[in-house]
Formats: sequence, structure tokens, C-alpha cells
Amino acid sequence: MKKINLDYTAAAPLDSRVVDKMIPYFSEHYGNPSSGHLLGEEPRRALVQAREEVARLVGGDPSGVIFTASASESNNLAIKGLAAAARKKGTHIISSAVEHFSVLNVLKTLGKEGFRVTLLPVDSDGFVSPEALREAITDETILVSIQAANPEIGTIQPLKELVAVAREKGVPFHSDAAAAAGWIPIDVEELGLDLVSLAADQFYGPKGAAALYIRKGIRLRPLIEGGIQERGLRAGTENVPLAVGMGEAAKIARETMKERTVETAALRDKLKEALFEGVPYLHLNGHPEQRLPHNLNVSVQFVEGEALLMRLNMAGILVSSGSSCTSQALKSSHVLNAIGLPPELAQGSLLLTLGPGSKHEDIPYVVEQLKQVAELLRSMSPLYHQYLKEGNRNAPVQ
Amino acid sequence: MPQYSDKVMEHFTNPRNIGEISEADGTGEVGNPVCGDMMKFTITVKDNRIEDVKYLTFGCGAAIAVSSMVSEMAKGKTLEEALQITNKQVAEELGGLPGNKMHCSNLGADALHKAIEDYMAKEKAQS
Repeated sequence: MKKINLDYTAAAPLDSRVVDKMIPYFSEHYGNPSSGHLLGEEPRRALVQAREEVARLVGGDPSGVIFTASASESNNLAIKGLAAAARKKGTHIISSAVEHFSVLNVLKTLGKEGFRVTLLPVDSDGFVSPEALREAITDETILVSIQAANPEIGTIQPLKELVAVAREKGVPFHSDAAAAAGWIPIDVEELGLDLVSLAADQFYGPKGAAALYIRKGIRLRPLIEGGIQERGLRAGTENVPLAVGMGEAAKIARETMKERTVETAALRDKLKEALFEGVPYLHLNGHPEQRLPHNLNVSVQFVEGEALLMRLNMAGILVSSGSSCTSQALKSSHVLNAIGLPPELAQGSLLLTLGPGSKHEDIPYVVEQLKQVAELLRSMSPLYHQYLKEGNRNAPVQ
Repeated sequence: MPQYSDKVMEHFTNPRNIGEISEADGTGEVGNPVCGDMMKFTITVKDNRIEDVKYLTFGCGAAIAVSSMVSEMAKGKTLEEALQITNKQVAEELGGLPGNKMHCSNLGADALHKAIEDYMAKEKAQS
């Protein structure tokens, strides 16, 4: 049976070089980096090296890298940590409507704790406007948090312009770069970023390995208190094998970025063209060019995403969807709602993400299967029948 | 994707009675794209029995399986019997539904009942 993974951002296999690099630190070099004796030496050295590699991926200083267990944790630490440390300066935080839930839910909590939160809207491509940011900043603003790129629709934010606006007003800028790091250049110096969240599993490193980059001078209060590991910002014995894995993945991601992203984007564009040619009534979500190279998000008009996902799964094609039926909360994607997509199209969205196993040869099969599945589900869709009868009342938004 | 029963998967894979009866005696529509599910049931009635039943469904795997199951359960039943079909029965016949998908079974029975009520109202208006 075929197995074509088009859901690589949900999970990707580790690069074998990453696994090889990690293995000795589970048993051979099992020591605690904090130990003053012989056993601590190699783990300590490896941790320093891993920190340097992660810093290099974002062009920052190694002392600014705090290892965490997920980008969600990094986002929590960045926002809650800064809010707690800067509360005396002000209580206003600005973010966007399309952030990850580990940003949005943190802001919801802070909202209940007396902070004022402004969520900037996005346009139909998913862009936050630097002008809107400028207008939203007040003397009370202590933080701006806007993602580098959207994990769902792939749109890459104009970070340089956005950060420039915040800098002008002296407001620290955090960016959730979990989806972007390893796929587009993120340089904290060039962009002027103060806080950056990263996740190793998005660039073929291990799950459970992530980091927050913190610019020198930015003060945070820790979420986890205890020992002085990670400069006191995240207590607990360091997870050396995972940090080593993240370091190696960051190194490979940096060294291969140029070639890999050009190749991946070319393959993604080919898939996109073939799908739009082979399957009628598709709608592209996110900006056509300013998007992550491995991301494609399309809405299949007149049908619902979970049914599509299940049918494609039966054909060995593995995708994800922003439909409300695929979420536990039964709410359609907040990102698709924020770009103003009609509910019917949001329900029929498919997220296709490419990775190391993606091949040109698979494209015709994927197109043929999606064509068949869409036809079948449309044949039983009241929306499609209505469209056939009434014509353009629900015209496809091509 | 939730864990569906074999029966749900079987009906989802091979849904019965898809379509729309053009000269239907009764029509029932429920749901909207905002909530994610829409169903349209059409029936023909002969001698107080549901002679034929078809449906169109926009929705998830559970919604499609529920529509298919409801159509099978309703076919050949008297109107009174068909009105007795409950959401719970539909879910049971399908070998259960995941907790957050129970509302799909509500939609199926509701759409069928609406179609029957539509027929009854038309009959009443004629007599």
C-alpha cells in the first residue's frame, strides 16, 4: 500500500546524522553537565557546542540560547516571562490574530490577569500591517509578539518592517519562528529581534527539543524555578541528548538551507500547479510567493476537510485539514477565519507540507486521487448540487 | 482524526442511498457550513410508508456515515415508526460515535424527521 506523507510539519523523521550524534549521550556520556567531576566534562562540552549551533542558526550569541522542551514552552516563557518582569513598565501587549495557540492562549490568560492585549488583524493573504502595528503601540506597550511565518497557510510576515516599527518605539519584539526556522533565514541581528522561539522537530531534529533565543539585556522571569541551569531561566537537569540533537539539526538546516529550500519550493510549486490543473474548484490559502517553501494550503470547494482527509488516507495520502470536524474543539481554523475565508471554504481546507520523502513521481497519483475524492464527495454535497442548480450564487473564489 | 467504529468506516466508505429525489414528497434540511455539517433528506411516501429516501451531505466522516445509516433505517418504515428513530439509536446502530461527534447523529435523525414533517404538512394542506 502506498504511503505518501504530505503532513511533514506534524512530524518528520529525524535526519540519521542527528540520531547518530545523539546516541552516545544517552548511555556512554550520560553524565550531568553540572557535575564538577570527569563525568560532567563531555556532556558539558556537547551542550556548549549545541548551544553554539542553535545560536548560529539565528545569527545570535550562544549565551542567549535557552533550551526548552517545545516551542509552546518557549512562547510561554517569552511572553509570560517578559510580562511578569516588565509589569511595572506597562501592561499592554500586541500580537496578531493568526498566532499559534501557545501564544494566543497565553495572551488570553494574561488578559484575565490585568494585561491589555491587542490582536492585530491580517489581510486576506495573512500579512500583519506594519502601519497597524505602529498605530497600536502606546506608552504602555511592553511587548510585540508576531510569528515569523504561519504554520498553516505558510505566509511569511514582513518581520524586518514590523520589528523596525517596534524598535522605533523602544518596544521589545518576540517572534514565534517555530514554523520558519530552518526554512527561511532568521537573523536576530539583521532583523533586530529580541526573543525568538524555535523547535527542532520542524527542521528534522528531535521532538521535545526547542529553544528560546533571548537578546542580551532582555529580562524575563522564569516559569520553572529551581537550580541555575539555563542561566536560571529554566531550572532542571539539562536534557543533553535532545540538546545535542537540536544542535546537529540546526547545523544541518543552516548548511543545507539554500539548496533544500529552493528544491522544496520547486516541488511544492509543481504540486500546486498540477493540483490546480487537475482538480476543479480549488482555492489557494496564503500568499502565493511570500510563503514557506514546504507549505501548500488549498480549500476544496463544496466538501468538508475531515471527509477529504479520511478518503485520502484510504488512498495512502496523508494530509491535515483546518476543518472544524478535525479539531477536538469543533472550531474551524482561527487562521482561515482571520484571513476572511468563507466558512464553507475553511471547512474544506487541506494542509499539505513537504519533507525529505517528497518526490516528483508522486504528484500524478496525488492529483488523480484528490480529483476522484473531490468528485465523489461533491456528488453527495448539497452545496455542490445547489451550485450546479443556481450557478454563480456561491461562485468559487478562484 | 477520531477513532471511528468499523461500522462507521464501512458506511463512510460505501454510503448508501446518496442523491436527491427530484419529485420528493418531503424535504428536510439541517445544519450549515459554519458548524461544518449540512444534510438534505428527500423522501417519497406510499401507503403511509417511506418508499424511498435519499440524502446529500456536506460534512465529516461521522456525518456521512450517519446519513447513510439513517437512510437505511428509515426505508420501508411507516411514518410513525420513522419518526420514532432517535439519535441514540442511530449512534448505536453505527457501533457508537466519538463523544464530540454525537451531534452528527442528531443532525441525521433531525433531517429525516423534518422531511417527514414536511410531507405531513403538505398532506394536511391538501386535505
